[in-house]
Amino acid sequence: MQMKKIQEGVWEIPKTEKQGMRVPARIIASQQLVNEMDQGVFDQITNVACLPGIQMHALCMPDGHWGYGFPIGGVAVFDLDEGIISPGGIGFDINCGVRMMKTDLTYDEVKPKMKELMDALFRLVPAGIGSRGFVKLKVDKFKEVMVKGVDWCVENGYGWKEDAARTEENGRIPGANPDKVSSKAISRGVDQLGTLGSGNHYLEIQVAQTDSVYNQEIAKVFGLTKPNQVFVMVHCGSRGFGHQVATDYLRVFEDAIRKYKIQVNDRELACAPFNSPEGQNYYQGMACAANSAFANRQLIMHRIREGFSQVFHKDPQDMGMHLVYDVAHNIAKLEEHLIDGEKKKVVVHRKGATRSFPPGDPKVPEVYRSVGQPVIVGGSMETSSYVLVGAQKAMDLTFGSTMHGAGRTMSRREAKRKVRGTEIREKMEQRGIHVRAVSMSGLAEEAGIAYKNIQNVVDAVDRIGISRKVFELKPIGNIKG
Amino acid sequence: MGKFRFLEDVAIADVAFLAEGKTLEELFATCARATFEVMANTKKVEPKEVLKIELKHNELDKLLFDWLAELIYLKDAKEMFFGKFDLKIEKKNKYILSGQVFGEKIDYKKHKVKVDVKAVTLHLFEVKKLRNNWRAKVVLDI
Repeated sequence: MQMKKIQEGVWEIPKTEKQGMRVPARIIASQQLVNEMDQGVFDQITNVACLPGIQMHALCMPDGHWGYGFPIGGVAVFDLDEGIISPGGIGFDINCGVRMMKTDLTYDEVKPKMKELMDALFRLVPAGIGSRGFVKLKVDKFKEVMVKGVDWCVENGYGWKEDAARTEENGRIPGANPDKVSSKAISRGVDQLGTLGSGNHYLEIQVAQTDSVYNQEIAKVFGLTKPNQVFVMVHCGSRGFGHQVATDYLRVFEDAIRKYKIQVNDRELACAPFNSPEGQNYYQGMACAANSAFANRQLIMHRIREGFSQVFHKDPQDMGMHLVYDVAHNIAKLEEHLIDGEKKKVVVHRKGATRSFPPGDPKVPEVYRSVGQPVIVGGSMETSSYVLVGAQKAMDLTFGSTMHGAGRTMSRREAKRKVRGTEIREKMEQRGIHVRAVSMSGLAEEAGIAYKNIQNVVDAVDRIGISRKVFELKPIGNIKG
Repeated sequence: MGKFRFLEDVAIADVAFLAEGKTLEELFATCARATFEVMANTKKVEPKEVLKIELKHNELDKLLFDWLAELIYLKDAKEMFFGKFDLKIEKKNKYILSGQVFGEKIDYKKHKVKVDVKAVTLHLFEVKKLRNNWRAKVVLDI
């Protein structure tokens, strides 16, 4: 394969690598991370570079690994008129993302109550396959959730006024149209609001590491004000509702590629012109799923506030339980970027990639605008997570995008052969991490050994400059679906 | 009963399998069993409830996609696992699948629940007629 380093952290595969490539493909990573990437990443990102209307280059972030259609870590932008939209560039879990909230509590205050707290949260936030949430909605109300997202939650008493402004896109992507989702998608997801799901989804109680604060001033803006402060992180998405929306439209798009005579190298890259009826219907349905995912994480946060309140006998406001930020890492959005030197509105696909907007950008919430948006990066359950901040270099290099997590390196079955869920739980508990899991087998699949070393990935994005390290968080309690 | 095996070097964050069956019916039932084996121990799923499924498609591989997608949908919508699949596939002007699926409500302890399947993907998806049997490759999104 032809691939050359064109600047520090940027590797380019030229258009000549594969027939049909319209633009080069770029891998954003350190030498070590590029060496560790599986062949699937290079095959898939060069397939993305073949899609109609793609602008400048197809990108893969440093935590990239083999997915379906796009690689995980894939970022691509398309022209509104000439370009396409593809569910395979977003993923079945539409608006899978990460939400982080702060507390004013310290580890010393929380530690004696950890068992009680974990039990309360495990009870209040259902996890695993087929779980039902606490909000019982009729179809018409669920449709309101699809349109209003976090605003619906706040209006109905499941959040604070400030929460929407601290969510990407204010927790409400415009253009959602419930008429564009199937009754199947609705019946699959209507009972699942407020649930965590399974796989790599989790709810984690974390402690900020005093010796790993890389930027004191920005850390303070993001809510870190005292040593050993406790934070809570949630990783999940749009649950069965979003999975069904994506499944429904994959079928539509398999027909659309024939109708519009689009060649794709992988059937998972099935797509339609963005401005076609099929493309627009999917965008409007995807926005419904995205808004329900924002609402899902908001409802889970509401339950977390309740759980802390029950255990510490205090009002969540008095424990400073503010939302820090909520980021989407599986999504397509309309954004403005510099394309060959000119500002242009494009469709950005991020699949396993986080937005990383710099200081001053109007899309960054006012409270963070002077420093840049918080970029929340979840580690594997045995390792640290990180808070980073958006940077101008992301606008210059990656259409305002960065990493989303550690990135998997080992198959689920191999992880299970190497380690048992009960062993992991024991090992984590010996290290002071409380674990609640609905499935021991699921726990083994998510073992730390199955992932890249997150510190290497975080250091790479910091060195390349597409986002900057702010502080590190260590897990003290993990709830796994 | 057809056979399946999980593939480890494909789409590592997800689950891929290769399934074989002497007949199309056996292939489809085996793919269904493999899908539920990702989520639970299917030997523990008792056939307490039965649901009817009817599907049709011009293309055989898309019929398999629809079949697995329907079962994944029912898993969430009915909160059930399925362990037994009786089906018939006929080729008229379209492929027509009619059948019954047997299972029960999800029980975490009893079914030794593993990890959820979100969707069936079209990545490397194929249905092939070999000399003596049928084979399918499927990647499931986890």
